[in-house]
Amino acid sequence: MAFIVRQVSRTSDGREIIRPATFETATIRVGRDAACEIHLPDLAVDLHHAEIKNSENRRVSVDSTDGLEFQVDGRSVKSAQIDAAKGAELRFGSHRLTVSGDGQNVLITVERVEAVSEASEEREEIGLFTLASVMPGRRGMAWTMIASVLALFLVWPIYTYATSYGVKDRAPGYHGDKAWTSGPLSDAHKSLTNNCQACHTAKFVSVSDSSCLTCHKDTAHDHADPARIAMAKEAPGFGGKVKGVFKAAFNKPEGRCVDCHTEHEGAGPMVATAQAFCTDCHASLNSRLTDTKLPNASDFGTEHPQFEPLVTVGIQGDERLVKRISFDQNPSENNGLKFTHAQHMSGTNAVGRMAQTMAAEQGWGNKLECKDCHGTTADGTRFKPVSMEASCQMCHDLAFDKIGGTIRTLRHAEPGMVVADLRAYFRSTGPVRPISLDGISRRRPGNYAMAETAQDYVIGARAWPGQADEAIRAVFSKGGACFDCHVVLPIPSKGAPVTIQKVFQPERYMNHGWFDHKSHTNETCVSCHAADKSNAATDLLLPKLDSCRTCHVGGAGDSLKPVKTPVVSSCAMCHEYHIGDQAPWRSKSDIKKGKALPPPDPKIALAR
Amino acid sequence: MATQAPDTKRRQTERIRSDGTHESFMQHNNYQWLKIGCTIALICVIGYALIDVEPRPNGGSWYGYLLGTIGVLLILWLTMLGVRKRKMSRGHWSLKAWTSAHVYLGLTLIVIGTLHTGFQFGWNVHTLAYVLMMFVIISGIFGISAYATLPRAMSANRDEMTEQQMLAALRSIDRQLHDSAQPLSHQSAELVRSSLEQDPFGGGIIRRISGQYPKCQTRAAWQAIHEQTGSQIDTGNNPLEKVDALLSRKMAILSRVRKHLRYKALLEFWLYVHVPATFALIAALLAHVISIFFYW
Repeated sequence: MAFIVRQVSRTSDGREIIRPATFETATIRVGRDAACEIHLPDLAVDLHHAEIKNSENRRVSVDSTDGLEFQVDGRSVKSAQIDAAKGAELRFGSHRLTVSGDGQNVLITVERVEAVSEASEEREEIGLFTLASVMPGRRGMAWTMIASVLALFLVWPIYTYATSYGVKDRAPGYHGDKAWTSGPLSDAHKSLTNNCQACHTAKFVSVSDSSCLTCHKDTAHDHADPARIAMAKEAPGFGGKVKGVFKAAFNKPEGRCVDCHTEHEGAGPMVATAQAFCTDCHASLNSRLTDTKLPNASDFGTEHPQFEPLVTVGIQGDERLVKRISFDQNPSENNGLKFTHAQHMSGTNAVGRMAQTMAAEQGWGNKLECKDCHGTTADGTRFKPVSMEASCQMCHDLAFDKIGGTIRTLRHAEPGMVVADLRAYFRSTGPVRPISLDGISRRRPGNYAMAETAQDYVIGARAWPGQADEAIRAVFSKGGACFDCHVVLPIPSKGAPVTIQKVFQPERYMNHGWFDHKSHTNETCVSCHAADKSNAATDLLLPKLDSCRTCHVGGAGDSLKPVKTPVVSSCAMCHEYHIGDQAPWRSKSDIKKGKALPPPDPKIALAR
Repeated sequence: MATQAPDTKRRQTERIRSDGTHESFMQHNNYQWLKIGCTIALICVIGYALIDVEPRPNGGSWYGYLLGTIGVLLILWLTMLGVRKRKMSRGHWSLKAWTSAHVYLGLTLIVIGTLHTGFQFGWNVHTLAYVLMMFVIISGIFGISAYATLPRAMSANRDEMTEQQMLAALRSIDRQLHDSAQPLSHQSAELVRSSLEQDPFGGGIIRRISGQYPKCQTRAAWQAIHEQTGSQIDTGNNPLEKVDALLSRKMAILSRVRKHLRYKALLEFWLYVHVPATFALIAALLAHVISIFFYW
């Protein structure tokens, strides 16, 4: 029995070269050492790796010499018994040893099956130095990205739309079409953020007024007759024509709520409507609407009609007769009161002196200030009516009698009670009894004077109650407590009750514009209201247009008409498109400054 | 650009030489497209500043629609370079002219796209499209700067060696290493084997771009073997000495190959962003436009 070792190598064109060698020994060695019978020039093989022993009966045993493993039919072992007739495959490093037998000899075929190094392996050399081997393909990446973008931002939103079509309130959580939002909704509509279809009801159809009217049922009334608005509009400029082309091409009708009330412009209060939305019509309104009574208004600073306050022209019973009169016609206010502002505000007359006397008690300064009588409303926007009890009576008390330590006063606003109280006073009291008529004084005959005094006193006491009429007349006449502030109406017939004309203190004179006193706290009262120069209550102490224009310039800025401290004021600063009691949308600059709105009327808040 | 066939390259070189001077696509026709691009950008900026759109500048104003339409058409045209570059032609609309226009009009798109947004950004498909557009443009800028600076460095590194020669040098050293390591002990042979078995082209994109290979087995093997040989006198018959020398030679050639790989990666990588991001951009644009009309 001998070992026949066949070393197989290959030429460059793949042809096999076989070099057989026969070893007539019982044992042959496998290793990297050149002295080994099976020499494997393989660095994964030890110098003396294993011994192959030829036992009797075709049995061949393979044993590792230094404890390093080798493979037999794919399994790593340190020793193996092989039936040469059945054959086996051994693996040492990169070499394969195929063991077989022909009955007499053991045949071992040795072949290298792996390259010497990674670099020496046959490779496709084109592209080896490019990124293609370490990066996913560009085409594959492109398709993957297209698919994911379309799935996330097109298919999912459309799926959301389709599945929630006609659903009133969507389930909470993220919905695919939120990725389509062009910006956050304003505070007023924040609750609709997750519910796109509240407004975008149908696909490829622009938002219609009916969506707005779903909630704004009662309050969203039209500014004017839509037909007249259409007539009043300026012909569009170049930009307007371009937009018109887009709108016409993509089915976006004109004149919708959302044309002015633009949404998705960012969180916070809804922004003020831009001036151009007003002036597109109002700047040259009379050229298109020839029958309009409205003067043109293009910019507050340069072209705006004079204010027309709603003044009280008279009072009839309980009714206030009002009329809008332009400041140019010097309107007067007949509100039923008499009052001398200048006299009361002086620091050098009797009023001023009295104010100084009462300063400590009332918390006043050296003279009366506006705020000592006029108090603002809770929101600070306007002023409350002045009340007799809170503001006048601290000086002008109506005391007429003192019983013990108690001072009796006439009742304000109840002329009948005033009359009754005065009569009662005179009925229950008498004239002061002369000291000479006291019961203790000794009477002496011949004292005629005393008899006369007694006689006069008796006559006086008998006539005393009749003095009431005099006092009543006096109180309602010039110089009397009532007359000096109020209008006492003539008594229609003898015996009829006295009536005082009703007093009206309107909170607003200009109902089509908005004014907020709170925004003007850096001004003094008299810088706008010339109260310190007025001694008649009929003076309408409101500022005219020019007074406002000392600071307020139009939306276009102060380039046209420079002022010292310009306040850019577009239409929406004072005007509400849908006229109401509420404050208009705030100007952008106000929003930027973070000024707080006065707390809105709950009814109005609901309507918003 | 990156994948021109070799024969066309040769022809182009000849043509340029016959002109006498070389003019890159950046300078084409005396910076014609740079001028056109700047003019368009300037018009757009002036328009944005002067036109008072209501209620505030955004993509939904008439000027926004206009810029958006121009932008989307421009993006589609820019994408067509991928088709155009596969067909060569001369003259006014030569590939060079087209590439020049692609670069400068692509840069103009930064202005057009940004003004179209009206500077309103958010977490939505619209901003996604904008971000992808900027991503594509910035990767393009990176690509141009790579083309302008890297070939010189790459040429210096190659030292007139071709890629095939580098590969051949590596193989030759590997073969010699293999043979020289035969008499070594098991432990030292393992070190050499680990160097032979490590793929010089292995490692991911980060290795390629950084050029840093901290787990280089060749260096580790050389350090371990050099520890033994460093202190001994080179008598000429120690096989370890030979292996030591071969390993340091392999390190030198590896360093050159790796630098070469890095330059090639930098030259190529931007396209792996530019091209797929372009298609993602077109998909996002489609979603952007449809979404606007869908919720009109």
